Amino acid sequence: MRASILPVLTVSAGIVVLWYLGAVWLNWQVVWDMQARAGHAPDFATMVSLTLSHARPLLPAPHQVVVETWNSLTGPPITSPRSLVNHAMVTLSAALAGFGLGSLAGVLLAVAIIHVRALERSLMPWIIASQAVPVLALAPIVIVALGALGMTGLMPKAIISAYLCFFPVAIGMVKGLAAPDALSRDLLRTYSATPAQVFWTLRVPTSLPYLFAGLKVAVAAAVVGAIVAELPTGAQAGLGARLLAGSYFGQTLQIWSALTVAAVVSATLVGVVGLAERLLARRMGARA
Amino acid sequence: MAEPAIAARNLSLVFRTNDGPVHALSDVNIDIAPGEFISLIGPSGCGKTTLLRVIADLEKPTGGEIRVNGVTPEAARLARDYGYVFQAPALFPWRTIEGNVMLPLQIMGLSKAERQERARQQLALVNLAGFERKFPWQLSGGMQQRASIARALAFEPKLLLMDEPFGALDEIVRDHLNEQLLKLWATTRKTVVFVTHSIPEAVFLSTRIVVMSPRPGRITDIVDCDLGPDRPLEIRETPEFLRIAQRVREGLRAGHSYEG
Repeated sequence: MRASILPVLTVSAGIVVLWYLGAVWLNWQVVWDMQARAGHAPDFATMVSLTLSHARPLLPAPHQVVVETWNSLTGPPITSPRSLVNHAMVTLSAALAGFGLGSLAGVLLAVAIIHVRALERSLMPWIIASQAVPVLALAPIVIVALGALGMTGLMPKAIISAYLCFFPVAIGMVKGLAAPDALSRDLLRTYSATPAQVFWTLRVPTSLPYLFAGLKVAVAAAVVGAIVAELPTGAQAGLGARLLAGSYFGQTLQIWSALTVAAVVSATLVGVVGLAERLLARRMGARA
Repeated sequence: MAEPAIAARNLSLVFRTNDGPVHALSDVNIDIAPGEFISLIGPSGCGKTTLLRVIADLEKPTGGEIRVNGVTPEAARLARDYGYVFQAPALFPWRTIEGNVMLPLQIMGLSKAERQERARQQLALVNLAGFERKFPWQLSGGMQQRASIARALAFEPKLLLMDEPFGALDEIVRDHLNEQLLKLWATTRKTVVFVTHSIPEAVFLSTRIVVMSPRPGRITDIVDCDLGPDRPLEIRETPEFLRIAQRVREGLRAGHSYEG
C-alpha cells in the first residue's frame, strides 16, 4: 500500500500542473481580447492571474472547480434546484435503480444461457448488438416512447441505465457460471447432485469473482446511463440536467462541478462494490 | 462367496476420437469381493483410471457388463454406494475443511447438526481434528488429500474408489499416508479400489494387484498379495514383499514386450 502512494501522488501532481498550464493557455486569448477592449495591456503575471480567475473560462482552473463544487454542494438548501446535492441524489437514485434492474437482468440472462445451450447462439449476437447502438442516440427514443406511455420520472432513466448495466454483468456471469473445472463437476456427479445443487454449491460460488468484475463496470456505466437519460427530457433535474443547462448558458464552471460530482459518485459506487467484493471474498476464505 | 462388490464381464470401452477409435478398455474380467483392497497398476494409457471411472459411472462402457454391489454403476452412483478420491484434492476453496467434508452430506440433505457431527468424526479419522475452520489453502498438500479422503468417507459408502490419490505428494508424505490408509481400511473394512503407478505402494496396500497394460487397455495379470493385515513400513524390506513386487514388475514388462 505504502509503495503505491508516491507514484499516485506524483501522477496527480503532474495532472494538476498540466491542468493549470492548459487553463492559462486556453483562456489567454479570451482574457487578452477583453483587456484590449477595455484599453488595458496587463503584464504577464496579471494575465496569468486573470486567466485563472475568469468567470466563464474555456477551461477553468482546478481551484475554481473545487470552489464552485463546494459552493453548490454546501451553499443552497438541499431542496433548491441550485443545490448539487439535490441533482446528485436525483441521478444517483436513477443510477442505482438501473444498476439493480440491469444486474438482475444480466444475471438472469446468464443463468438462462448457461442452462439452455441454444440460447447462447441465439441470444449472444443480440446482446452484443445492443451495446453497439450508441446509447446517446437510443436514450431520447426510449424516453419519448416511455413518456408517451405515461412513464416519466425515475423509471425511464433507470431503464437506460439498466440497458448499459446488464451487458458487463451478463458477459461476466456467463463466463463465471461456466468456469467450474471438470474435476469439480465429476466430484458432484459422484454424489449424484441435482443440477440445482450443482448450480448453488459449485457454479454460483465459482462465478462470484466474474460477477463482481462485471458489477464494477456496470455500476460506473449506470451513472453514465442516468446522466445521458437526463439530457433529452428538458432537463428538469439531475447531474445531466445541470450539464445541459451549463452548456446552454456557457457556464463552464457549472459543467465542471457537475462533472466532478458525477465522477465522485461513480468512484464511490465502484468503491462500494469493491468493498462488498472484499468482504465476501474474506468470508469465502480468500487469502488476506 | 458373498455377492461381489464389483463384477466386470468382457468389459470394453472405445473412445471415438478424431484420430480414430481408442480402445481404452478391452475385454476386462474381474470379481472384487467385499472388503478387498484392490490396486490397479500399469503405465499411463493402460485404462486403470478409465476402469475406475466406469465403476463410478463417470464413463459409460461400450461393451460387456459391469455390476457394482449387484446393480449397474448408475444405480450404485444414485444410491451413493461409493466415495471417490481424485488425483487432486478438489476441495472447494471457498469452503472450510469442515464445509468441504460436509458437502456430500449437504447434497444428501442431512441436518446441519448431523453433518457437523459426521464431519468431526471423519476428520478425526484422518488425523485432521482441529482443522475444521481452516480453509484449504492453509493446509499442506498431504493434509488436503486427507481432507478429501474424509470427504469421500463422510457418507459412509460401501466402496472407496481412489485414483492415484497420493501421486502428487512427496515420498515421505506418501509413506505416511499409505500407513494411515491401511489403518483406515482396517478400521472401516471398506472395499477399496486404488489406482497407482507405484509398485511398492500397490504391494504395500493391496490384497490383490491388478496389472494392466495399454493399447488396448487390458488386464494382463492379477497378483495375490497375502502379506496379512499387519503391515509396518519395514515389511517392504522382506523377501516376501520383494517377491510380489518382482512378479508385478514382470507382469508390467510382459504387457510391454510385444510393443515397439
